[in-house]
Amino acid sequence: MEIPFRLNGEDVTAQIDDPTTTLLDWLRDRGLTGTKEGCNEGDCGACSVVVTGEDGPKALNACILFLPQLTGKAVRTVEGIAAPDGTLHPVQQAMIDLHGSQCGFCTPGFITTMAAAHANGATDHEDQIAGNLCRCTGYAPILRAARAAQVAPVPDHMRDTPITGPQILKSNHHHPRSADELADWYAANPDATLIAGATDVGLWVTKQFRDLGQVAFLTGCDDLKGVSVTETEISIGAMTDMETLRHAVAPHHPSFAELIRRYGSVQVRNAATIGGNIANGSPIGDSPPPLIALGATLHLRRGDERRRLALEDFFLDYGKQDRRPGEFVTHVTFPRQADTLSCHKLSKRFDQDISAVCGAFNLPVADGVICGPRIAFGGMAGIPKRAGHVEAALDGQPPTTDILRLAAKSLRKDFSPLSDMRASAEYRLAAAEGMLIRLAEDAPSLLDVDP
Amino acid sequence: MSVAKPLPHESARLHVTGTARYTDDIPAPAGCLHLAFGLSDQACGTLEALDLSAVRAAPGVAAVLAAADLAPMPDCSPSAQDEPLLCTGEVQYAGQPLYVVVADSHLNARRAARLHRAQVTERPALLTIEDAIAAESWFDGGPRIWSDGDVEAGLAAAPHRLSGEIEIGGQEHFYLEGQAALAVPSEAGEMHILTSTQHPTEIQHKVADALGLPMHAVRSEVRRMGGGFGGKESQGNALAIACALAVRLTGRPCRMRYDRDDDFLVTGKRHDFRIAYEVGHDAAGRIHAIRFKHWTRCGWAQDLSLPVADRAMLHADNAYDIPAMEITSWRLRTNTQSATAFRGFGGPQGMLGIERVLDHVAHAVGRDPLDVRRLNFYADGVSEGPAPRAPRDISARKKGKTHYGQEVSDFCLNALVARLAEGCDYAGRRARVAAWNAANPVLKRGIALTPVKFGISFTLTHLNQAGALVHVYNDGSIHLNHGGTEMGQGLHSKVCQVAADRFGCDIARVKVTATDTGKVPNTSATAASSGADLNGMAVKAACDTIRDRMAAQLAAEHQADPADVVFVGDKVRVAGAEYGFEEAAAKVYMARVSLSATGFYATPDITWDRVAGKGRPFYYFAYGAACSEVVIDTLTGENRILRTDILHDAGASLNPALDIGQVEGGFVQGAGWLTTEELVWDGAGRLRTHAPSTYKIPCASDVPPVFNVALWDVENREASIYRSKAVGEPPLMHGISVLMALSYAVAACGSGYPNLHAPATAERVLGAVRAMR
Repeated sequence: MEIPFRLNGEDVTAQIDDPTTTLLDWLRDRGLTGTKEGCNEGDCGACSVVVTGEDGPKALNACILFLPQLTGKAVRTVEGIAAPDGTLHPVQQAMIDLHGSQCGFCTPGFITTMAAAHANGATDHEDQIAGNLCRCTGYAPILRAARAAQVAPVPDHMRDTPITGPQILKSNHHHPRSADELADWYAANPDATLIAGATDVGLWVTKQFRDLGQVAFLTGCDDLKGVSVTETEISIGAMTDMETLRHAVAPHHPSFAELIRRYGSVQVRNAATIGGNIANGSPIGDSPPPLIALGATLHLRRGDERRRLALEDFFLDYGKQDRRPGEFVTHVTFPRQADTLSCHKLSKRFDQDISAVCGAFNLPVADGVICGPRIAFGGMAGIPKRAGHVEAALDGQPPTTDILRLAAKSLRKDFSPLSDMRASAEYRLAAAEGMLIRLAEDAPSLLDVDP
Repeated sequence: MSVAKPLPHESARLHVTGTARYTDDIPAPAGCLHLAFGLSDQACGTLEALDLSAVRAAPGVAAVLAAADLAPMPDCSPSAQDEPLLCTGEVQYAGQPLYVVVADSHLNARRAARLHRAQVTERPALLTIEDAIAAESWFDGGPRIWSDGDVEAGLAAAPHRLSGEIEIGGQEHFYLEGQAALAVPSEAGEMHILTSTQHPTEIQHKVADALGLPMHAVRSEVRRMGGGFGGKESQGNALAIACALAVRLTGRPCRMRYDRDDDFLVTGKRHDFRIAYEVGHDAAGRIHAIRFKHWTRCGWAQDLSLPVADRAMLHADNAYDIPAMEITSWRLRTNTQSATAFRGFGGPQGMLGIERVLDHVAHAVGRDPLDVRRLNFYADGVSEGPAPRAPRDISARKKGKTHYGQEVSDFCLNALVARLAEGCDYAGRRARVAAWNAANPVLKRGIALTPVKFGISFTLTHLNQAGALVHVYNDGSIHLNHGGTEMGQGLHSKVCQVAADRFGCDIARVKVTATDTGKVPNTSATAASSGADLNGMAVKAACDTIRDRMAAQLAAEHQADPADVVFVGDKVRVAGAEYGFEEAAAKVYMARVSLSATGFYATPDITWDRVAGKGRPFYYFAYGAACSEVVIDTLTGENRILRTDILHDAGASLNPALDIGQVEGGFVQGAGWLTTEELVWDGAGRLRTHAPSTYKIPCASDVPPVFNVALWDVENREASIYRSKAVGEPPLMHGISVLMALSYAVAACGSGYPNLHAPATAERVLGAVRAMR
């Protein structure tokens, strides 16, 4: 198949046989070895590149980015960050001047990530580089460099534009351009693998060598993207990436947005979709608990057949969802409501880590008592799951420490978590209890404590 | 002067433009093949049969090598000849290479390496410290015991006694560039090996050994590593040997890189330790005697475990003048990855043991741990330091010698700690932390200030040598090589500064190229923080040889005294004449004088008897101190560093920017070791944390929001290179301040002693908090 895209300012056509060829392998095979392989699973950022589509420049991990996802996009690798005349980009110059590189292996990934942030005018530097690991510097000089470069203007050559109206040529794989196209094709090919952001499916390929069989890339389904807000409802298209969702949901449910801030990294949030995060059925996906707590409804489609169900009912058992062959998630909705949602993500590291426990607590209070609480946890069972006993213990009660302490005891009726490398079962229960008790305490978030 | 300037890393521009070349970036030679190891799933047992038919039939596979194909089996060990390249029948750990696939691509090799069927008769694996003790499974013929003073009497006579135990987890290096090697055949069976290694000579030696060649037939080369941290001291041997064997088998160039998961599963990590202590002390917290017991899991092979465990013992005093100490050290053999060198090389674990003791004693006597630490400090040596010396505690009867008999003559921590404590307002903040804790039931803060005294030199004395090769070309450019390797620490930058200073020339004239066993032979590993100390001196010697020849020639031409020839400002001045450096080089060349020289250095005045545990193993000590403030959530155990201040002794720094970089990076790596970096093996001995998705090194937001690092800018008392001090390893141990601050925060939840183990994950902190309540 032939995939047209723009690479460091030049139009190129990648010729590949395997649709799951990663951008990283393709680049390095062509001698563009500035982009590094650090982990091959999207967790270290050494392979970061800048990808510009219709929605502007974004940092993405090239190791789990399949070439067909790039159709028509403009890609800039570390080799294309300096100006064509060799003038260094402001972030490159600052990294030299402020000693931001030591061994230098992670540096190209930092440069590309920082250049994308710089192009977007982002100044939340800790968040912007949370997906880039460095083992030498302790990050201090890199953060200094990011701050020093933020005032410099964006160099002209960084203003990439995507190719308009690109087509994948000679392709033996499917690239639907709309939900309708996808619905028809998937109903006819129900065993195919759908690829949205590939932040999970990418690892099936790079780490598990799974044969995906027939695949469809959903990147072109624009009508599945975006968040719409009406008087009564917030609707999130399945192909909405997590970074877009984060910003869209922030005015309505800031705690949900803060949770998403800690979901993966910029590179992962730019790729990962809400539909993928739900449909893969992971017990430790971070979006189902808050959505369940908000009373979300999941919308599915097979051919022309559509149905909806409460999100919590979609998760049947570990690895098993209520999704029929050929059926896909189109969007998820939840009612507009006063914000009483509080989320708590617990992981070994604050940023870019998978949750040991993710708790979402929606405790509306009316007349001094909790009224219709919705509480859901990830990491506490084989599926994202509501804490029914705890909810029952709280419903109609005042939100006091004593009541929450008492209700927390019911967690052991709701959950029998597992022990694994992230946390022991006992700790998961103890920390979940702590999260509940904390709701009644007037204590700031640990992350808000000033030195 | 190029020395002492904060110049950028010599490769900085290449780093930021993606043009710095690492081993796997070297363009593949024509016909290059790619290797991958097939790994054991079991930790212990007999490999009865290994069916490789599916591996051999996999797409792109050119050859498969198993134990039966290799006789004799090449050895990968840096020490005891106990590491067969491939499993020879006894499975030693989960992750052990069973065979090697040679294929036409990296991906095809990796895919094929999953397709074997191994029939293993499993035996119970020795996984834990308890398992190994029960089986009396240890190296070194049993425990090593060093004793200094009358410990029994000291304990008996002390007014107070306490005992305790700390578990100290291991640490994965997580160099961003995984292990990688490329072997290219030369004529007559000779071999050129390009590897990511801290120890090119050992690669040369082990490959020559595997191929039955003399060392002169193998050339080993490394331009740079994408991080090493000790993890590339011995762990690259297997890849280089496998590639060389595959070259011999196929006649084609061969390369290998570990996928990140394989890197975790196959290679060694920092040793985990359990340290138990029995302490006699008085009411003020002065320590009279300590009995330590160290247990460490060395894994399946010896590797560097004996000197690692020795260095833990050597740092069991840290900064404290302790009248009597006994240390018993068990080096346990387990069915896990063979633990290896990691920044600090056992020193951090030994140091954490004594810092834990100080914290515990301070808690027991109800005093500020910093007061108790200072009470027990060695006395400062006669110092020309900029700060006034702390008042000497005249009641102290300090012996001024370590438990292994080395005089501590350059101690500066009384003054250094006084300066740091004042500068970061330790006392005021400690009071504010206590007040804050009284007002906050859910969140608790903690603060701690801990010292570092770290011994500089290889304890294996003969390793303390280095060579260099310097050429001045007749255009005035300077090309130099030395025995050290560049892994990000800025060693090449520092030696360039040294060379430019010796010639008084612009540093742009000086280029260091790849470390190459064909240029400088018989090199020691770039390890033990020794890189600049040893190689800087060797480069200096070589430069001075050439400079003296230049001076002699120019002086002769001008009927001047060679001593009056001045090399400064990129010029050479002699008897009123002034030449550009390139002009001077050309004149000397025209006069048929050699502009090439080798240089050599051996550290003076060191002796060491490791069996007795006596001598002067270290040329000098490097010092420093760190103060960290943390906050914990007592309901979930989550914790954060809020502020860290560090004052670190790098002697007269060769390059303050690079040295501060080492301190910042070392601290964060040390803090990660003691907080979020947790290695988890399951009951079958399989490492469950084998990728960055599950093994969490610090990321940008884990850096303290307030992070002040400064250098204690005082000359080394010993005649080291420009009186600087080694700076690679010591700063890692500033991370101990974080664990001690967490201990303080947990202690604020009750009245007992927290007994916080490492790494202090959120889970461990919550467990400690709950145990207090």
